[in-house]
Amino acid sequence: MKQFTQHTGIAAPLDRANVDTDMIIPKQFLKSIKRAGFGPNLFDELRYLDEGQPDQDCAGRPLNPDFVLNQPRYDGTSVLLARENFGCGSSREHAPWALDDFGIRVVIAPSFADIFYNNCFKNGLLPIVLSDVQVDQLFKEVEATEGYQLTVDLERQVVVAPSGETFAFEVDNFRKHCLLNGLDDIGLTLQHADEIKAYEARRRQKAPWLFDAIK
Amino acid sequence: MAAKTLYDKLWDAHLVRQNEDGSALIYIDRQILHEVTSPQAFEGLRLAGRKPWRIDANLATPDHNVPTTERSAGVDEIVDPVSRIQVKTLDANCDEFGIVEFKMNDHRQGIVHVVGPEQGMTLPGTTVVCGDSHTSTHGAFGALAHGIGTSEVEHVLATQCLIAKKMKNMLVRVDGELGAGVTAKDVVLHIIGVIGTAGGTGYAIEFGGSAIRSISMEGRMTICNMAIEAGARVGLVAVDDTTIEYFHGRPFSPQADQWDAAAAAWKTLVSDDDATFDAVVEIKAEDIQPQVTWGTSPEMVASVSARVPNPANEADAGKADGIRRALQYMGLEAEQKITDIQLDRVFIGSCTNSRIEDLRAAAEVVKGRKVAATIKQALVVPGSGLVKAQAEAEGLDKIFIEAGLEWREPGCSMCLAMNPDKLGQGEHCASTSNRNFEGRQGFGGRTHLVSPAMAAAAAVTGHFIDVRELMQ
Repeated sequence: MKQFTQHTGIAAPLDRANVDTDMIIPKQFLKSIKRAGFGPNLFDELRYLDEGQPDQDCAGRPLNPDFVLNQPRYDGTSVLLARENFGCGSSREHAPWALDDFGIRVVIAPSFADIFYNNCFKNGLLPIVLSDVQVDQLFKEVEATEGYQLTVDLERQVVVAPSGETFAFEVDNFRKHCLLNGLDDIGLTLQHADEIKAYEARRRQKAPWLFDAIK
Repeated sequence: MAAKTLYDKLWDAHLVRQNEDGSALIYIDRQILHEVTSPQAFEGLRLAGRKPWRIDANLATPDHNVPTTERSAGVDEIVDPVSRIQVKTLDANCDEFGIVEFKMNDHRQGIVHVVGPEQGMTLPGTTVVCGDSHTSTHGAFGALAHGIGTSEVEHVLATQCLIAKKMKNMLVRVDGELGAGVTAKDVVLHIIGVIGTAGGTGYAIEFGGSAIRSISMEGRMTICNMAIEAGARVGLVAVDDTTIEYFHGRPFSPQADQWDAAAAAWKTLVSDDDATFDAVVEIKAEDIQPQVTWGTSPEMVASVSARVPNPANEADAGKADGIRRALQYMGLEAEQKITDIQLDRVFIGSCTNSRIEDLRAAAEVVKGRKVAATIKQALVVPGSGLVKAQAEAEGLDKIFIEAGLEWREPGCSMCLAMNPDKLGQGEHCASTSNRNFEGRQGFGGRTHLVSPAMAAAAAVTGHFIDVRELMQ
């Protein structure tokens, strides 16, 4: 898994609530059997004025000038500021894949949908929950200052604004550990293979009908 | 011993290992695979030189991409080349790893969340996962079921476990008697309207109360299916006789010599009387009317007799802005009557509403009537080959065709437009699916979520109408 320790980058404000994963990466791009290459279609229906097709060269497509990530001042954005319930809807991991492929390393929001939140950690993308008031403050600061950058330090669990002000955030110890060290969690789980086998033997005794049925 | 909720019992029964940092390893009894969220997981296994932990815990079927028109020519004739590759990749992966798959033209193929229970793959007391958020459907049987991402699909294939953290418990209790013409879909849309699209985030929701107890297994599946639209990964209904009865004679159900032991174990799958929930929501069944969504989130829902809201009346600026944006996208006026919304297409199907009972309810409404001249297309897409065969045995196909609806092959169809069934820009659709997000059913398409009976009523009138008016 991709490692995440510390990151500094341009922040951009995506000012709408309940951004769903259909919006992050529309369904027609889910037909790919790869994990990479979704970046050009991130937020496709917000970003372009026409309907995107898989395998299309996006360079010549008409851009929506009102969309925040199309504005030159947000070129190279790697920290996305968002509103509540970001990533709701479909479980598609293509959403974090698309964000990552575009170059986003951190998403900051007052709340995330559960499945999306979980999927981020599997891809070295850090979702950070701050309070409504704090997120509001960051929205105001980023809109007021061109070239506004945020620093995120996972070890210390803080977001640092250009003013030096810090915002502490919570993260599960296990997820933090995996991200800091870029650990493969399948490998970690397989270290407990004996416990899994022991559980399975107990389960087979209690509920034998769950074994060897699907064949 | 401390009183436990159903969710607590299911969690405890599957705990392989509790780590000190609060994370846990839970055992997964069943995984369902489909073509969209599995290819990268199989590829991951191959790259790491890993094998599936337990082949007999998995079942696969293609559903999202498959065409729903005549397809006897097989996978090679899927017109969209990208869809074709994805379906063929699932076939190749299942063949390579020895996983049981109901391929596109197998008579048991269908939507994963219809096929799993129908085959008795999903059983009470199991943990069920799938790379699809509507896996919450299976909770209707007292199973702990939720959607996962592709990395987790790979993790479950490789280890038969998930790294998880326990959720909080919410009880949504619906007491009373549902009125005629008010269905499970109306119940769940109403609940989402009450608690909001993020109201269940972080929770496993158990649906209880006398109204839920009176609902069939099909209806309970519809309700749990949409738990995720209220933000909850898990929806649950306690096991009762209705649940147990459902599994008699299904292919992967316990066989005769194991049946009694299984049924006895399943009967314990209820929340203890004195169990405590972190949140409780109480709803009166009598307050629920046929529902229609008017906006671009499932929480943007109203009774069919109501009007579209006016953002000017919303005190919260953020919410007012959301309403304004939704009305603009949907091409609706503030305070317009829901019954004045004119429709272009009707879609009856999806993992929410494509089971036999849904088709019967729709057929009852359209029987002896004709699809309105202004409707460009009305689709009926059964959830599986077995549902299709059952409906045909009951003559429902003839009723639909006679009324001017199209009778299709099983698949996800117009729910998410990954196949040829989609909305055109600006078109309004009465849809029995689960998401009214922007572009979900096609670029610029406008989705209104309703029950099968309400969709059928809209098909024959051309606009929304309280289905009870057609039932008199």
